[in-house]
Amino acid sequence: MRSVFSRRRVTAVAAPLLAAALALTTAACGGSDDPAKPGGKVKLTIATFGEFGYKDLYKEYMQLNPNVEITERITKAEDHHKNLAAHLATNTGAADIEAIEEGWAGQFTANPGKFYNWADYGANDIKSQWPAWKWQQGSAASGEVIGLGTDVGGMAMCYRRDIFEKAGLPTDREAVTKLWPTWEDYIATGVKFKAANVKGSSWMDGPTVMYRSVLGQQPVGIYDGANVVVETNPGVKKAWDLTIDAINKGLSAKIAAWSADWNAGMANGSFVTLACPSWMMAYIQSQAKDSSGKWDIAGIPGGGGNWGGSFLTLPKQGKNVAEASKLAKWLVAPEQQAKVFRALGNFPSTVSLYEQPVIKDFKNPFFNNAPVGQIFSQSVKTMVPQYMGPKSGDINTAIQNGLTRVEQGKQKPDEAWTQSLKDVKALL
Amino acid sequence: MKNALYRLDLKASPYLYVVPFFVLFAAFGVFPLAYTAWVSLHDWSLLSDTHTFVGIQNYKDLFADEYFWNALRNTAQIWVMSTVPQLIMALVLAHVLNQRLRAPTFWRMTALLPNITSVAAVAIIFGQIFGKDYGLINWLLDSLGLGRIDWQAGTASSQIAISVMIIWRWTGYNALIYLAAMQAVSKDLYDAASLDGASSFQQLTRITVPAIRPTIIFTVIISTIGGMQVLAEPLLFGGASVTGGSDRQFQTLSLYLYEVGFSRFDFGYASTAAWVMFFIIVIVAGINYFLTSRVRSSR
Repeated sequence: MRSVFSRRRVTAVAAPLLAAALALTTAACGGSDDPAKPGGKVKLTIATFGEFGYKDLYKEYMQLNPNVEITERITKAEDHHKNLAAHLATNTGAADIEAIEEGWAGQFTANPGKFYNWADYGANDIKSQWPAWKWQQGSAASGEVIGLGTDVGGMAMCYRRDIFEKAGLPTDREAVTKLWPTWEDYIATGVKFKAANVKGSSWMDGPTVMYRSVLGQQPVGIYDGANVVVETNPGVKKAWDLTIDAINKGLSAKIAAWSADWNAGMANGSFVTLACPSWMMAYIQSQAKDSSGKWDIAGIPGGGGNWGGSFLTLPKQGKNVAEASKLAKWLVAPEQQAKVFRALGNFPSTVSLYEQPVIKDFKNPFFNNAPVGQIFSQSVKTMVPQYMGPKSGDINTAIQNGLTRVEQGKQKPDEAWTQSLKDVKALL
Repeated sequence: MKNALYRLDLKASPYLYVVPFFVLFAAFGVFPLAYTAWVSLHDWSLLSDTHTFVGIQNYKDLFADEYFWNALRNTAQIWVMSTVPQLIMALVLAHVLNQRLRAPTFWRMTALLPNITSVAAVAIIFGQIFGKDYGLINWLLDSLGLGRIDWQAGTASSQIAISVMIIWRWTGYNALIYLAAMQAVSKDLYDAASLDGASSFQQLTRITVPAIRPTIIFTVIISTIGGMQVLAEPLLFGGASVTGGSDRQFQTLSLYLYEVGFSRFDFGYASTAAWVMFFIIVIVAGINYFLTSRVRSSR
């Protein structure tokens, strides 16, 4: 026993000293990772979150460019963006290439001085790859291009074929799409499903996904140009009201999105419909592995829409900007985007691909061979681009919390809306 | 000459030996504290390069901020719900470990295991245990015909769940501290008490507790400081939501600070919250010290 305690005292003294020493040395060697000495390899780091599907691409790139060595850092989306903000604020620690997600993009494009301008690295020559709105989302108001688009959301509706059958609803995806041209029809079908009384299954998961999907289809969302217009924008209220209606009709399984219960519910059929941005396919496939063939994909009520999608940026701290920009441009090139889509489901932001067989004819076996290439192409082509501002993410959280309060029976819809508006004001 | 050197050695050496601590403390303690105070007087966005001096405006805003008070109230509630049972259980556990057991080291090490588990793993596992639809506890309640509890939705239920995580993690740790103190208590006292027919419980309350009172005071103060800073448990219990539930029903002070600083990137305001938190901790620890030293002097 005694030896343990004395050893602990040694570490107690040694640890801070060591930490201090490390801090000093790393600070001193800040410049040692600099561009290759002749003959040496260029080391590039790329920081992503979630699943970008780049692993095989790195191998391919390193084979094509033997002088490059790529390291990837993957963090959870929340943490990734917070880390990036901290790295930018302290001017240290950022990777050569940092990915950012649409919902957070506004916070970073509002501070273009922290990033290299893609326009200086040949991005204008490939501008035509992207739809104008995707390009604009990655650009600062003053014109600097901060991020190059990787994937886009695109919207569809995932549904449980097997449980639809039990409830006496059509299972064929064409017929299912016809069930819900509008969100009102979606709710009406939900009421029919509820009447069929399938044990253990609700129509939808909870309010978050539905609200976010309806909002993504509105021409104006949280922001109208530079201003937050939550209070006056009928689009936001529409998304709110429709979701409230679904809650009031008892269609929700009352499961919080991204919780453990949500993941389990996806596998067990606790909810039978889930609005699916393209990246949600990858999520379902990883969380509900055993439900292959039970999920299928139909069209989304209300037509197109977008939710999510990412960008690659070059933080000013990066030392190898020339090499990093080459790698990033290669990663977002159409061929690579197509490979990622077929492997994982992240849908390309390159418009020209949508007409090509590599995308158009792709069917996802997990989702009962749904022609996902066609479905998402259609959705992205018909979508209305929506401006995302710096605080879109936090504002949406405030509104979603309001919906959850109604669902949990804590507040009446009007009270919840009033409190959410108050919360939104506090964020500004 | 030799004499002078000797005298210098005698006078200067002790200072030299303690210097490393104070240098480190200045670099990692005082400087961040002072810098945070400086930041708290500014309108300071994490990403922006311009910082406007606003004086004490942030403090005025914070004291008028109902979510700050809400977080303070939640923190106090979670602190009471976790610390009181935790220390009582630790005391009992230490008392049991202090008996003659086979393989005492094994049991003692086991008591510490929960503490060395990563807090993220603890929160994720307990998050599943307290799940609404597929959670273990609700499954038990349901099979006993008692219905299900939506743990996250309620104020009391969510705070109980978080307190359980904290209790699970820190009980063994405190028990080992108590155990170390208990081993210094003379065995003769217990032998005499046994001869007089005192039960094990009586021995615990009449001999052990008075004898290790300074250690108990120490753990109370340490738990207070820890309890004021609870972050990971509520954050992960809420599925990484920084608001701590739909109605901020389990948002603690640290979580609020995290929300302001790293979700809204409002560093000035977050620094203000950090300083006010620092003061609250100092005050609470002071009250603790005051009360407990009165208890000691009144003996």
